[in-house]
Amino acid sequence: MPLLEIERLAVSFTRYRSRWGKEKVQVLHDVEFSVDAGEVVAVIGASGSGKSLLAHALLGILPENFSASGTIRYRGEPLDAERLKQMRGKEIALVPQSVRFLDPLMRVGAQVRLSVRGDDPYAAQREVFHRYGLAPETENMYPFQLSGGMARRVLVSTATVSGARVIIADEPTPGLQAEDVREALRHFREHADAGCAVLVITHDIESVLTIADRVVVLYAGTTVEIAPAADFTGDGSRLRHPYSRALWQALPQNGFTPIPGTQPQPGKWPSGCLFAPRCDQASPECTFSRPELRTVRAGQVRCIHAHSEDDERGISIDEAASDGI
Amino acid sequence: MYGLRRTGAFFVRKAARLVTLLIAVSILSFSLVSLSPIDPVQAYIGADLMRVGAEQRENIAAYWGLDAPPPERYLRWASAVVRGDLGTSMIYREPVAKVIQEQFFHSLLLMLAAWLMSGVIGFLAGSLAAMKKDSWFDRFIVWYCYTLAATPAFWLGLVLMVVFSVWLGWFPVGMGVPAGVLAEQVTWLDKLEHLVLPAITLSIVGIAPIALHTRQKLIEVLSSDYVLFARARGETPLSIYRRHGLRNIAFPALTLQFASFSELFGGTVLVEHVFSYPGLGEAMVEAGLRGDVPLLLGIVLFSTVFVFIGNAIADFIYRVIDPRLREAQAS
Amino acid sequence: MNLRLRALLTVIVASVLLIVIAVWGTLIPVEQMETRLELRNLPPSISHPFGTDWLGRDMLQRTLKGLSVSIQVGLAGAACSALIATVLGLAAATLGKAADRLVSWLIDLFLSVPHLVTLILIAFVSGGGMRGVIIAVALTHWPNLARIVRAEAMQVMTADYVAISRRLGRSRRWIAWHHVFPHLWPQVLVGFLLLFPHAILHEAAISFLGLGLSPHEPAVGIILSESMRYLSTGMWWLAVFPGLCLLIIVRMFDRLGEQLRLLTDPRHARL
Ligand code: SF4
Repeated sequence: MPLLEIERLAVSFTRYRSRWGKEKVQVLHDVEFSVDAGEVVAVIGASGSGKSLLAHALLGILPENFSASGTIRYRGEPLDAERLKQMRGKEIALVPQSVRFLDPLMRVGAQVRLSVRGDDPYAAQREVFHRYGLAPETENMYPFQLSGGMARRVLVSTATVSGARVIIADEPTPGLQAEDVREALRHFREHADAGCAVLVITHDIESVLTIADRVVVLYAGTTVEIAPAADFTGDGSRLRHPYSRALWQALPQNGFTPIPGTQPQPGKWPSGCLFAPRCDQASPECTFSRPELRTVRAGQVRCIHAHSEDDERGISIDEAASDGI
Repeated sequence: MYGLRRTGAFFVRKAARLVTLLIAVSILSFSLVSLSPIDPVQAYIGADLMRVGAEQRENIAAYWGLDAPPPERYLRWASAVVRGDLGTSMIYREPVAKVIQEQFFHSLLLMLAAWLMSGVIGFLAGSLAAMKKDSWFDRFIVWYCYTLAATPAFWLGLVLMVVFSVWLGWFPVGMGVPAGVLAEQVTWLDKLEHLVLPAITLSIVGIAPIALHTRQKLIEVLSSDYVLFARARGETPLSIYRRHGLRNIAFPALTLQFASFSELFGGTVLVEHVFSYPGLGEAMVEAGLRGDVPLLLGIVLFSTVFVFIGNAIADFIYRVIDPRLREAQAS
Repeated sequence: MNLRLRALLTVIVASVLLIVIAVWGTLIPVEQMETRLELRNLPPSISHPFGTDWLGRDMLQRTLKGLSVSIQVGLAGAACSALIATVLGLAAATLGKAADRLVSWLIDLFLSVPHLVTLILIAFVSGGGMRGVIIAVALTHWPNLARIVRAEAMQVMTADYVAISRRLGRSRRWIAWHHVFPHLWPQVLVGFLLLFPHAILHEAAISFLGLGLSPHEPAVGIILSESMRYLSTGMWWLAVFPGLCLLIIVRMFDRLGEQLRLLTDPRHARL
C-alpha cells in the first residue's frame, strides 16, 4: 500500500485585481501520484510548473493567500489541515533547498535537535552528524559558516532525526558540485531503502534518475506523466507524453533539442490539452478538452494520442478519449 | 570568541572618535555662543542692571572671563574643560560639572524609567502586531504609532496632567515642587510621585519607534525561509516566536533602543519643563532663558557624550553579539 | 490606478485644507481677538466651541491664528532646511572627495547632538523670535535629507551623459546645476514635505519652552505654554484643543508627504 497518495490536488491563490475585485488563480490542479514505502519518486518539471508549491501544499505550509483542495492520504487515511499539522515534522519531513532555511542566529546542532522526536536529542543529533561525516564541532557552527555540502548534510540530518516516514526534498541539489550532488542523493536512496517514502522535487532530471524508481512529470501545474525511471533512456521513445520526451531530448547528452514556445502562465492556460500549443503531435481533438490521466503500459499519461503498444508514434488511438481513470 | 584585544581596540577607536567629536562640537557651539547678541553680563544681572555700577560690571565680566576675544576665550575655556572644569553656572552659582552631575541624576531616574517602559511595551506591542499581522490589533498599533509620531510630547504631558492630576487628583500637579528645591528636602515618596507622570509621558512617546521597528523586523522574520522550515518541522507559532523570532529581533530592538538616546534626551527636556521636574532638561531650559552660557555649553557637551555612549553601546551589541559579524571580524 | 488616484486626492485635499487654515488665520480680524472680560474662562459651548481664555478671548480664533503662525514658521523653516540639504547634498556628490568628506562630517556632527539641544542652543544664540526659530529649525533638520540628496545625486553622476559632459570639459558646478539638479527636485519636494511635520513640532516645542516665538506671535506653542498656568484651575480646554489641532495638522502633513512620495516613487508609478 502506498504511504502517501495525492489525488486531484489543486492549489490556487487569491490576488487583488483592484480595490474591489479579487480573483483566484490556479497554480496546481489535478495533481495525482503516490509514493510507496521504500520508493524514491522524483517530481520533475521546468521552473514555473509549481514544484515548490507542491511541497508546501503537502506539508500544509502554504502562504496565507493560498488555498489547497483535493485529497492527501497517509497510510490510506485522508489528511485534513488539522491532521496535517500534527503529522508534519513527525511523519512527514521536509528537506529544504538551501542554508537559507536555517535560522541564521542559531547554532546548527541546536536546530537539528529541534527536530528530534525521541528523548535524547543530543545523542540523536551527534549520531546523525557522525553518520553523515560531519565533524563534532559542526554542531556549534552557525549556518553561514557551513559549506554547501555541509549545509546539505545538516538539512538532511533534520529529516533523519525526526524519524519521519515520508521525506519530501525540495530542490535538494542546486549549486552543488557533482560529488556533493551524488552524496546528497545517496542519502535519500538510503532513506528509501530503510523503508521511507521519498519524494524528490527537482528540475535536475539527469541526477535524480540515478536514484529514482518512478518519475512524475509536471507541466503547467499538473501531472502529465508518471513513468518508471527506466523509461528515461535512449531517444525517449518509451516515454508516454510528448512533453516528457521533449524534456528528455532537451538534455545536453540527448541532442539538446529545445522545446519551442514557453510554458503557459497560471491563469492563462489553454482550454484543451495544456501542452497543445507547443506539441508537435497536436491534432484538433487535442484542444477539445483536458485529457484525463490514464494508464498506458506501466505508467500513466495525460495525452489522448499516447499509445499502449510500441507501435508507430503519432497514431491516434480511439480508445484514448474514454480510457481515463 | 570575540577577543579581549578586539574589544579593547573597539573602545580605543570609539574613544578617539569621541574626542574629535567633542572638539568639533565645542568649537562649533562656542563660536555660536560668541555670536550671540545677548550680553552674558546683562543676562546674569538681569533686572538689577540699573543698580549695578560700571565698575562692578567690569568685575563681573572679568570674573566670568568675558572680556577676552573669542578665540582666546575658547582656548581658556577648552583647557579648563580638559582639566575637568566646566566653569561656574551663573544661575546655580556652583561649578557646572557639579550642577550637571546633580541634575543628571534626577533626569537619569526619569529617563531610565521611561526608557525601560517604552522598550518593553514597544517590543511587546510590535511583536504582537506582527504575529497578528493585518488584524485589528495590528492596525491599531500602526495607527497609534504614526499618530504618536505627530504628537507634541509636551502637549501629551499637559493632557495627562489635566486628566490624572487635576481631574483625578492621583498625582501632584507639576508645580508642586519648585525647580530650585534641593534633593535633600524631598522624600523618596515625593520623588516617586513626581516621577510617575513624566515617566509615563516620556515612555508613551518612546513606544512608537521601537514598536514599529520590532513589528517590521518580526514580519520579515516570519516570512523568511527558516520560519517556513520551522513550520514544516511542526513548530507552533508560539514556539517559532520564542525560538526564532526573539533571537532574530531582540538585538536589533536593543540596538535601536540604545541608539535613541538623542530623542530620549530631547523628550526629557520637554517633559521636565511640563511637569517642572527638576532635572538636566529643565536646567538647560533655564540656562537658555537666562543666558547661563557656561551651563548651556556644559550641557551641550554632556548631551553629546550621552548620545555617543548610546550609539557606541548599540554598535558594540551588534559587533559582539551577532555571530555573523563576530566571526566575520575574527577571520 | 486606484491607489494613485487616492494618493492624489489625499494630496489635494490636505494641501487645500492647510492653505485655507494658514490664510484664514492671518485674516482673522483683530477685534475678534480683543479681550472681553465678561466672557472670561468659559468652558466650550456652542458660541465658543473651544472655550475662552482668562482674558475672554475665543480659543477657536486663537487656535486658528496659532496654527496659521505655526504653519508659516514651519514652512519657512522646512524650506530653508531643504535648501541647505539640497546645496550640501549636491555639493557632496559633485564637487569631489574633499567636499564629500566635509559634508559627511557635518552631517555626523549635527546628528551627534540631540536635536532639541541644538535647537535650544541656536534659538538662544539667535535671540529667539520668529527669525531665531526659523534659523534654528532650518539649521537642525537638513542632515537626513542631505543624505538622500547626496545618494541620489551620486547615482546621477554615474550616468553616461555626465561622463560625456565631463569629457567635454564642463565644470563640476555646471554639471551639478544642469545635469544633476533637475533629477533631484522631486526628491527635494517630497523631502521638504516630510521635513515639515518635524519642523512644526520642533517650532512648537521651543516656543513652548519659552526660547522660540515671543508671546506677541501667538503660535500654538505659546498658547500651550501660557495655558500651563491655568491648567491647575481646571481650564483644560486651553491646552487640549490647540494641541489636538496641531496634532491633526502635523499628521495630515505627514500623510501628504507619504502620499506624494508614493506618487513620485518610480517603483510605485504603475500602481
Ligand atoms: S493530447 Fe495532443 S496536444 Fe496534448 S500532448 Fe497529447 S498529442 Fe500533444
